[in-house]
Amino acid sequence: MALDIFLGLLVLGLAVWIVSTRDTLAAAVEFVAFGLVVTLVWVRLAAPDVALTEAALGSGLTGGLLLGASTRLARAETATSGERHGAVLRLSAAGVCALISAAIAALVILLPEPAPTLAPEVAANIAATGLENPLPAVLMAYRAIDTLLEVVVLLLALLAMWSLAPDHLWSGLPWRPDAVGRDGVLTFVAQLLAPVGILVGIHIFWIGSVAPGGEFQGATILAAMWILVTMAGLRDMPPMSRRWLRVVLVIGPAVFFAIGLAGFAIAGSFLGYPPSYAKQLILTIEIPLTLSIAAALALLIAGPPERAAQ
Amino acid sequence: MSAATLYGLCSAVLIGLGLFGLLTHPQVLRKILAFNLIGTGVFLLFGIAARRGAAAGFGGDPVPQALIITGLVVAFASTAVAVSLLLRLFQETGRTTLPSDE
Repeated sequence: MALDIFLGLLVLGLAVWIVSTRDTLAAAVEFVAFGLVVTLVWVRLAAPDVALTEAALGSGLTGGLLLGASTRLARAETATSGERHGAVLRLSAAGVCALISAAIAALVILLPEPAPTLAPEVAANIAATGLENPLPAVLMAYRAIDTLLEVVVLLLALLAMWSLAPDHLWSGLPWRPDAVGRDGVLTFVAQLLAPVGILVGIHIFWIGSVAPGGEFQGATILAAMWILVTMAGLRDMPPMSRRWLRVVLVIGPAVFFAIGLAGFAIAGSFLGYPPSYAKQLILTIEIPLTLSIAAALALLIAGPPERAAQ
Repeated sequence: MSAATLYGLCSAVLIGLGLFGLLTHPQVLRKILAFNLIGTGVFLLFGIAARRGAAAGFGGDPVPQALIITGLVVAFASTAVAVSLLLRLFQETGRTTLPSDE
């Protein structure tokens, strides 16, 4: 309990710091630290799969994205760091936010006892999926439609981002720092870390059926390795118009959707799996899905095309 | 008070803090950061609902936990789109803030 109080105060302290810091870059760095402490909170809440996702995606990729943006905008951000809205607006905003916090806190205290739970149903039916870790079983079987739509959301987000590119750069390459490839240490680290990281990513994906892990966590690590290799100047990102790139992006959701439709014939419902080979079907979906998610995440980090293809 | 309730109160404050940052910072990047604080608060609420539903040998109800993972991925995607909108705004206008209406 003492540890929980300490972690709770640390989370809130970091959050106050993020909101109140003047320097945007510092706030982005604090956000990464915040994400790592929240990861520990997920472990304390007995959610190791969520903790892995938070560490890799919530803290890692999101943190990297915000750090990158605040570096690119550093001069404009420093020039405006003193800008504040008027005291009246700030005071009334504080009042409204305190009320909302109080209302949510009251709801937390008044939550029903005993808590409603679907855990017994998951436990009773998990054998039918052939998986041992309940999280991927929920993601790929009971709530498979959520997972399918989520991957579609990733692709829609990517389309939204690409459509920000000016017309003449539509098939171009994403932005990268001018100094790319000139930092020997970064190149060395990328050469050393990328092969290990790719193995770790595949392992985290594969172990997901029996232990914490799965396609999202594995794909996040794979995406991070791709970004590392690009930033170190070992390989440039491909132009956005490459056919193979588009195939990799859509193959996961396409296979998922096709097997989902086949469910009508083989199991009587959309996204239904016959229990005798449910695990094989789930794996058949998960492997291309991991590739598609990894590519979509990496391209979302890379941003819209900003350089003409050579 | 259980650990779940403690973190629940923590997430209530987190949502308020994030909302305050979203409303009061003129810089768009700070608004995006604050939006992520709100998101973390909401996910923690799901997390305590999952923790309170621990049963059948699981430390938490896996259904809300799976929804958190889905939510984290969608939050990342929307953050990425927001950041690229901001960078485009900067390229077009040289500004990184939204002026106040006062």
